[in-house]
Amino acid sequence: MSARAKDLELICPAGTPAAFRAAINAGAHAVYCGFNDETNARNFPGLNFSREEMAAAIKYAHQHDAKVLIAINTFPRAGAFWRWSKAVDDAARLGADAVILADLGLLDDAARRHPGLRLHVSVQAAAANADAIAFYARVFGARRVVLPRVLTVQEIAAINREIDVETEVFVFGGLCVMAEGRCSLSSYATGKSPNMNGACSPASHVEYRQEGDELVSRLGGFAIHRVSAAEAAPYPTLCKGCFQAGDYKGHVFEDPVSLDAASLIPQLAEAGVTALKIEGRQRSRAYTEAVVRSFRRALDAYAAGRPIAAGELRELTEGQQTTSGAYRKTWR
Amino acid sequence: MVFMSNARIIPRFPAAGAAALRFAPLAPLSLAGARLAKSLGRRHPSLFARLGEQAGKSFLIDPTDLPFVFLLAPQPQAPRLEALRRDDIGSWDARIAGSFAGLLGLVHGAYDGDALFFSRDLIIEGDTEAVLALRNAIDNEEIDLAGEAAALFGPLELLASRPVRRLAAFVGGWSGVALTRAENERSE
Repeated sequence: MSARAKDLELICPAGTPAAFRAAINAGAHAVYCGFNDETNARNFPGLNFSREEMAAAIKYAHQHDAKVLIAINTFPRAGAFWRWSKAVDDAARLGADAVILADLGLLDDAARRHPGLRLHVSVQAAAANADAIAFYARVFGARRVVLPRVLTVQEIAAINREIDVETEVFVFGGLCVMAEGRCSLSSYATGKSPNMNGACSPASHVEYRQEGDELVSRLGGFAIHRVSAAEAAPYPTLCKGCFQAGDYKGHVFEDPVSLDAASLIPQLAEAGVTALKIEGRQRSRAYTEAVVRSFRRALDAYAAGRPIAAGELRELTEGQQTTSGAYRKTWR
Repeated sequence: MVFMSNARIIPRFPAAGAAALRFAPLAPLSLAGARLAKSLGRRHPSLFARLGEQAGKSFLIDPTDLPFVFLLAPQPQAPRLEALRRDDIGSWDARIAGSFAGLLGLVHGAYDGDALFFSRDLIIEGDTEAVLALRNAIDNEEIDLAGEAAALFGPLELLASRPVRRLAAFVGGWSGVALTRAENERSE
């Protein structure tokens, strides 16, 4: 095992200060979180951090030798760039260890006005090849890129051989089947975009209704799921909707399923990955605590040369089933 | 490669206890609920900040293994929590239904709301935005029901804490419903 492989960082989600503390207490090396507005891609009601809460969270993390990465990873609306620019200013002022950005203009703004601030390229930027990543590093001084969830382990290794910046990959949680930052499916049904407004399938447009024995999910008035009492309920996203066309009824894009790459930690480490990321800023502190503790155990086991326990988090996942996603590409 | 789940079993309130509660008067429960709601408002002001405009909504909290429901109206100035027979349910903006243990487990941070929704242990109807705001606001407060019950005794809170926790442990042990919050330790 290489020395680099032993030093994998565990990057954990937090949607509230309580979840933040749970992540730190469960062994997170770094926590990523966002301000309570449209500047981050988990802009849900009751979620995220005021400036005061962020300051307290950063203090708590630093007291426990953990880092804070602030996600400002939606794309600024025309005429409102100041809101995103101010979020970067506030992240720098509050002492964030890095900001996670997706927009080219915002990366340029942050690089010029905060040269000491560490820049990470968000998965929303969909930087999926060495040339694109080298561009972010050369032009903006980006130090890390969060890779989109469409690459195999072999492709990740090939990219890492050609670049000088760190890479971070998702190992657990919700699975976007689209190229991140490019998906507009939610907008067609709701008029709101995950890339601009920070919410895929915004709750204001979601309706659940029991119709007899079935749970019917509607998004923007369109029925997208109808599941019996014996079936797992999915998130109300169009990409995992169940539709009927002619004689065919099924999931057009992808089944409701979540990513769990715990068993691939050794391969990802050998592929040169620096950090492993857990998805789920919209989830509860119970989820955060359980998933972070499990993955910290897995990393410690790997570093010590012990076998990694896998599959213990299935009950927390969408569809109550997990996949290794594109890392082991067996897509239909 | 896809792996299937075997989800955890959430305890249901004992049927004998639920049958006995069918004939119990609800007025004392409503009185305690009203005091609890006001106390929560005083002790957890940030709960209302997180709720934002959703604080004006009404939530039907429906423990499906009990013979009554709760109507929660979390307005910051006058929060209300009222116990109702199912025949007396009026209008509501959002309904959150599940076993009593499941609902309390959400408050105590023992369960994840999304996971209970996936496994069909939690039913949500009506205003989804309001439900999400309430879930997130309560999850952030790290509420301990036994601690909140002890706080109802005002200046005698410290004296009341031990007997309240003993009672919570006794009832919890009998019913399988955790009435207090488990603490977590830091991993190194």
